[in-house]
Amino acid sequence: MLKTRVIPCLQLIGDSLVKTIKFKNPAYIGDPINTVRIFNELEVDELCFLDIRATMEKRQPNIEILHQIANECFMPLSYGGGINDFETARTIMSIGFEKLVVNTQSYYNPDFITQLSRHFGAQAVVASIDIKKNILGKYHVYVRDGSEKIDVPIIDYAKRLEKAGAGEILLTAMEKDGTWSGFDIDIIRKVSQAVAVPVIANGGAGNITHIEEAVKSGHASAVCLGSMIVYQQKGMGVLVNFPDKQELEKRLQ
Amino acid sequence: MVTIIDYGMGNLGSIQNMFKRIGTASEITGDKKRIASATKILLPGVGAFDAAMEKIAETNLLEILNKKALEDKVPVLGICLGMQLLTNGSEEGNLAGLGWIDGETIKFNFAENSPLKVPHMGWNLIHPIKASPLTADLPPEPRFYFVHSYYVQAKNPDNVLSITHHGHGFHSVVQQQNIYGAQFHPEKSHKFGMQLLANFSKL
Repeated sequence: MLKTRVIPCLQLIGDSLVKTIKFKNPAYIGDPINTVRIFNELEVDELCFLDIRATMEKRQPNIEILHQIANECFMPLSYGGGINDFETARTIMSIGFEKLVVNTQSYYNPDFITQLSRHFGAQAVVASIDIKKNILGKYHVYVRDGSEKIDVPIIDYAKRLEKAGAGEILLTAMEKDGTWSGFDIDIIRKVSQAVAVPVIANGGAGNITHIEEAVKSGHASAVCLGSMIVYQQKGMGVLVNFPDKQELEKRLQ
Repeated sequence: MVTIIDYGMGNLGSIQNMFKRIGTASEITGDKKRIASATKILLPGVGAFDAAMEKIAETNLLEILNKKALEDKVPVLGICLGMQLLTNGSEEGNLAGLGWIDGETIKFNFAENSPLKVPHMGWNLIHPIKASPLTADLPPEPRFYFVHSYYVQAKNPDNVLSITHHGHGFHSVVQQQNIYGAQFHPEKSHKFGMQLLANFSKL
């Protein structure tokens, strides 16, 4: 059977590794290259890098640091942040990334998703959807690093992106980010059931039980880990780590 | 020295980086003269079947590749789409494949409500069914990274080195004499990928 992917999701601002809480207050974690070397030794399934401020700061992706990352890694890699044009996408793929993560442009320019999908194949295109639940329990989709609410129902939006050519959907619950409080299982399940492409659950992972819930109850095809893999524990210091693999395999059977 | 064929499809940097890591010299080239002197050929590929065959035709590499594989019989390894190109053709396109391994490339076809996803993407096991120097010194069921929507079905069971399951079994490693194909990405598969590429470099 296919092994469920458990993916460290590393946030970048330029060439620094950071970690946010609810998309705010990025704390400096360290140097991305040292970190990927550790994940190489830990033989993680896949790595996802997101430059969380590239779009907001109107920066191009930092190709130099991405190139160094690709040279170090013997695992599948995805990158998102500031991918606005085909040439940039092509450069990122050519230096050894497998997947392009597109968030803001997925909304403003769905034809871009189609173009990337036609050229690189749907498996290379990850549409990223950031969502936030309001106090009434209603979900909204956000773009531009969570700063801009867009007026489209989340399920319709996910289906639209799938139709445009996205091969995967990265679903991030903003209010769960950095909280160690578990994934938002309900919305993961709803999106997973609405689309045929794999859904990657992101936001809230704090322990192996959370991962198990996202997969078994939420039907996520894969999960992203953020705080859990760069901190010792909640509120404690930086420690690049990965959950025990045998335990993971046992729980995700 | 492993010659990695550059015909304009796919990420070649990570393949070369893994050869570097295991201490095998490699070069990336689309130059006919360089390919003519190759002693081992790696045929990469990511993308669509017809686009790849068109590129091979456009860059005038078909003749020299046929000569190296079929007459000189240098070891050849096709990976991912590069493996599918070894077959007679694909449901993904209309163009003929290289036809070096008798078989077809077929689309995964699951019911709409099936939990099985296409592309088959992620880590999966290969179940060896025949020993070979390419798959030597691997554990009984090594795991590799796959990303593909089409799979190879060899006609002759003797050509099948391993099976992988995604809904049903498909041929994940094939061999016809000096010609090998692997559906997964060794360059993205950590130590098992390194072992496989090291084995290939010793053929």
